[in-house]
Amino acid sequence: MFSYTFHWNQALKALPQMLDGALITLQVALLSMVIGLALALALTACRLSGNRVLGGIAATWVEIARNTPALFQIYMAHFGLGNFGIHLSPYTALLVGIAFNNAGYLAENFRGALKAIPDTQTRAGRSLGMTPVQAFRYIVLPQMLRVAFLPATNQMVWAILMTSLGVTVGMNSDLAGVTQELNARSFRTFEFFALAAVIYYVIAKAVTLAARALASRLFRY
Amino acid sequence: MFNTALTLSDLGFLAQGALMTLAVTAVSVAAGTVLGVIFGVVRNQVGPYWSAPLTFLLDVFRSVPLLIQLVLGNAFQSIAKLGWPPFTTSCVVLSLYTAAYCTEIVRGGIASVPPTTRRSARSLGMTWWQDMRYIVAPLATRVSLPSWIGLTLGVMKDSALVLWLGLIELLRASQVLVTRLQEPLLILMICGAIYFLISFPIARLGGYLEKRWSND
Repeated sequence: MFSYTFHWNQALKALPQMLDGALITLQVALLSMVIGLALALALTACRLSGNRVLGGIAATWVEIARNTPALFQIYMAHFGLGNFGIHLSPYTALLVGIAFNNAGYLAENFRGALKAIPDTQTRAGRSLGMTPVQAFRYIVLPQMLRVAFLPATNQMVWAILMTSLGVTVGMNSDLAGVTQELNARSFRTFEFFALAAVIYYVIAKAVTLAARALASRLFRY
Repeated sequence: MFNTALTLSDLGFLAQGALMTLAVTAVSVAAGTVLGVIFGVVRNQVGPYWSAPLTFLLDVFRSVPLLIQLVLGNAFQSIAKLGWPPFTTSCVVLSLYTAAYCTEIVRGGIASVPPTTRRSARSLGMTWWQDMRYIVAPLATRVSLPSWIGLTLGVMKDSALVLWLGLIELLRASQVLVTRLQEPLLILMICGAIYFLISFPIARLGGYLEKRWSND
């Protein structure tokens, strides 16, 4: 059945290159997460603002981000924006696509987290003389971020996995892209991609553990 | 004012792609759910220590990008000389991927049934199977169904990645049209609208069930 001879040496020799790619993967994931968090906060603010137009935009964004494939969103950034004369590099397109996706999912997380904070707290803050912004900033936001922390960690892992989609729009510097390029040169598909899978697994686990450690430090009381 | 080279037969081509997406999703979710229920029950039955290898294996499917899994699956089937067409490979990989998530859902559902309820069933003389069938299954389904719907939609969206193996599903079909007609925005928007139309109503149903079934 197995007449194939595995050449693991070749894959192991390329390990430094792949680890460089893994750094790019982490970089894209982190950047997309930071942008996504900022956008998600903005979307949540839009939803809470009571303004019809802003609320509508936020709701549309969230529904599109959650109901279409991430790959579609990346395609949209890479090919679709070309219609407006905007030509994004694969790196930027990937970043835009994942950030868009992250923002939608995180905004939904925030909404769930907001539900867990009783309205009475805001009112108590207001009657102590806080402005609406102060009440949100000092009472609601810290609690919201705490409730949303674990789902956000999951989203971070998702973002790492999603970066692998960059290879479909011609990205060649992240882990999946580097692996694909090595594969195109040597046709040792199984070896290279198995090694990439191991690296992805280690990154995902490391991020999860780091987030857990961070959570136990941040939310001790 | 609005000119496009898109013809009706092109739309038919997109519809065929959508059918392929649905076919891959249906097969994978069906097989993945069966596997997921089996794995979930096994994990619950043998306890955390004995099921550790299974837990680890399923965790791998959730921590490695699906694209990498598909490429590995395809490379494996050619190494093992199984001669699977891309459709089979895609369905096998996606089924395992679905099973990994479904196991968690099933496990959570079973764990949500109070042990006292199960013990009272057993002390009324029910067998393990009767307890599972008449007590655990209805209660656990109630808890798990909304997440299962979410999983199904997730798999539907993730099935776009099978284009890497050369299967012409919805996204790949629109890419083919984009290459030919050079109207990326319009075609991608139609493609996105189709995904949205499939996903959105079911997502709403899931949200409704979750709300409806949560307060009791």
